Amino acid sequence: MKHIAIGILGVAALGFMASAASAGTLDTVKQKGFIQCGVSTGLAGFSAPDDKGDWKGIDADFCRAVAAAVFGDGSKVKFTPLSAKERFTALQSGEIDILSRNTTWTSNRDSALGLDFVGITYYDGQGFMINAKKLPGVNSALQLSGAAVCVQSGTTTELNLADYFKKNKMEYNPVVFEKLEEVNAAYDAGRCDAYTTDQSGLYGIRLTLSSPADHVVLPEIISKEPLGPAVRQGDDQWAHIARWTYFALLNAEEAGITQANVDEMKASTDPNIQRLLGTEPDGKYGADLGLSNDFVVNIVKAVGNYGEMFERNVGSGSPLKIARGINALWTKGGLQYGPPIR
Amino acid sequence: MASQEILREEPSRGSFINDPRIRSLFFQTLVVILLFSSIWWIVHNVIENLQRLHIASGFGFLRSRAGFDISDTPIAYTSDSTYFRALVVGLLNTIIVAAAGIVLATIVGFAIGIGRLSQNWLIRKICTVYVEIFRNIPPLLVIFFWYSGVLAVLPPPRESIHLPFGSFLNQRGFYFPRAVWGDGSWLIGVALLLAIAMAWFVAHRARQRQKATGQQFPVFWTSVTLIVGLPVLAYLLSGMPLTFDFPKQSTFNLTGGFWVKPEFLSLLLALSFYTAAFIAEIVRAGIRGVNKGQSEAAAALGLRSGPTLRLVVIPQAMRIVIPPLTSQYLNLTKNSSLAIAIGYPDLTATAGTVLNQTGQAVEGVFIMMIAYLVLSLVTSFVMNIVNARMALVER
Repeated sequence: MKHIAIGILGVAALGFMASAASAGTLDTVKQKGFIQCGVSTGLAGFSAPDDKGDWKGIDADFCRAVAAAVFGDGSKVKFTPLSAKERFTALQSGEIDILSRNTTWTSNRDSALGLDFVGITYYDGQGFMINAKKLPGVNSALQLSGAAVCVQSGTTTELNLADYFKKNKMEYNPVVFEKLEEVNAAYDAGRCDAYTTDQSGLYGIRLTLSSPADHVVLPEIISKEPLGPAVRQGDDQWAHIARWTYFALLNAEEAGITQANVDEMKASTDPNIQRLLGTEPDGKYGADLGLSNDFVVNIVKAVGNYGEMFERNVGSGSPLKIARGINALWTKGGLQYGPPIR
Repeated sequence: MASQEILREEPSRGSFINDPRIRSLFFQTLVVILLFSSIWWIVHNVIENLQRLHIASGFGFLRSRAGFDISDTPIAYTSDSTYFRALVVGLLNTIIVAAAGIVLATIVGFAIGIGRLSQNWLIRKICTVYVEIFRNIPPLLVIFFWYSGVLAVLPPPRESIHLPFGSFLNQRGFYFPRAVWGDGSWLIGVALLLAIAMAWFVAHRARQRQKATGQQFPVFWTSVTLIVGLPVLAYLLSGMPLTFDFPKQSTFNLTGGFWVKPEFLSLLLALSFYTAAFIAEIVRAGIRGVNKGQSEAAAALGLRSGPTLRLVVIPQAMRIVIPPLTSQYLNLTKNSSLAIAIGYPDLTATAGTVLNQTGQAVEGVFIMMIAYLVLSLVTSFVMNIVNARMALVER
């Protein structure tokens, strides 16, 4: 009887041990010396490995910006490629520190999945792409009734697609794959008539097809897709760091601070720029976040400002050639607006 | 207490600590307690961590609107249906592909297995090569082989290959006319059932007559005539109520008729051809396991090689074949979850989508595990009944 009692006590002790509280993400990240960043398995312009194996794209650069803010060094990032289905579990379980993977901000994801969205790094909308050579005469998504549509599973895209065809009383045949590469391969092989995902994604995917010139993106945008990075819910400090990294990128662009001129700008006497770059005497805006006071300098040195990041990855400096459109700063008629650092 | 009674009865045992019965009882109790405590501990931890991470839990989501569409729906399903119905659709798709795969794999496997024992050198070698190739390639690669093969070789919908009887084959799948039953066609079904019942009765009587008199009756041809003849007669008498819905070309694809999608086709072919290689080896082992004296005795009684195989060797081989065959059927069912790689909406694929749309991974995985467990248990239950009927009946 005594033995059993000891056994029960042992098991109970195991149970108590397991509920130890986890440390803050910032401390964990600092301890291991890098940020584990969840990205896509390869979406040109957002997160895709280049021929040397370096991850390129807006989403990859955002993680570099956070690493620069934390460590002063944008290279202290390790990337984890994730399918749409794996991404939330990876963040919830602590496998990654930040999810920067062209993910749409929705109420359900914000409230029921234990995620906290940081901001909207890219305002997107869902569209359709077809092979114009095989389907001449189709120039609107409303002509797609009866089409086979390729789509990635577990995305908001899949839900919007169902809603759009239902709303317009059209029939379609969904061809659903788990991985982006599988969807691309099936569409390229002619398994589907149309491909649907975020419009920016369609432009990126078109470049990877066997004959990009044959494919056209139809004009309809059927949904709002605010894409942004997310962190685990319940760690306010880490969420603030990610959020203010994003705002710093926007504020740097607004103030005209670029990767090239950031060192000269440090000498600026404009109090706005001084606060941003941490050169204001007695300013401690960085320290309040748990970072160094010159964290914005580090961010801009690593990846440039938001505009530079955009042009380099999806804009005029990239093969995608996407116009800024609604992703321009608010001062230029767009939606990107960074709250002030002060 | 019990231990004291034992002490009184057998004082030579000494302290109850050394009593083997008490010891075994003690350790068994300990293991059970440890097992249940750890299960409780895991469940408790999961619930606590989910709450700490602000992740929704519970099975309430099953009643919410799914919002996504599924390509193959054996039962009525739209994006307005519930998550539960989506899971049922996925489960049915798994059952359909597993059941069809089991039938096809058994047919191919038996043919190849018997072929490996053929007297014909060429047949024997072809069957050996088949087994060695398919047995040694991972099933996922076989699936990709069929799927990419299907997509790469076949033409786009507008250049579909025309097959006899109004069937078509293209990249989007295989299309054939669907039978549309008109008024009075119930008579044909009744005729078919009647024919089957009569065939069974004839077989029964023939067996009895053979036992009593030793005379044989052509049961097979009588049954074929009955099963084919009666429904045809009913069809003619009821005024030919059967028409066909032929597949037709429309804007994007063929519409109408019956449509088998390439995802299903390649999964079915891959699973059955892969499993058939294993079944072939099991069948070969079963036939080899029947003592040579059995066929020699049959020959001595004057049976020819056909009846010897059918009446003497195979019934005995089946006793060896069925238990490992059950394992292969279970493997095939579980391997069907590889469907996710080519986009066939089986249980794993739909449950994965549900899991992702709701974010409730623990519940999603739990449902999947229970569903596969039940499927496998039902399969083994059925196979155990078959095994019991086939087992050697001692007289």
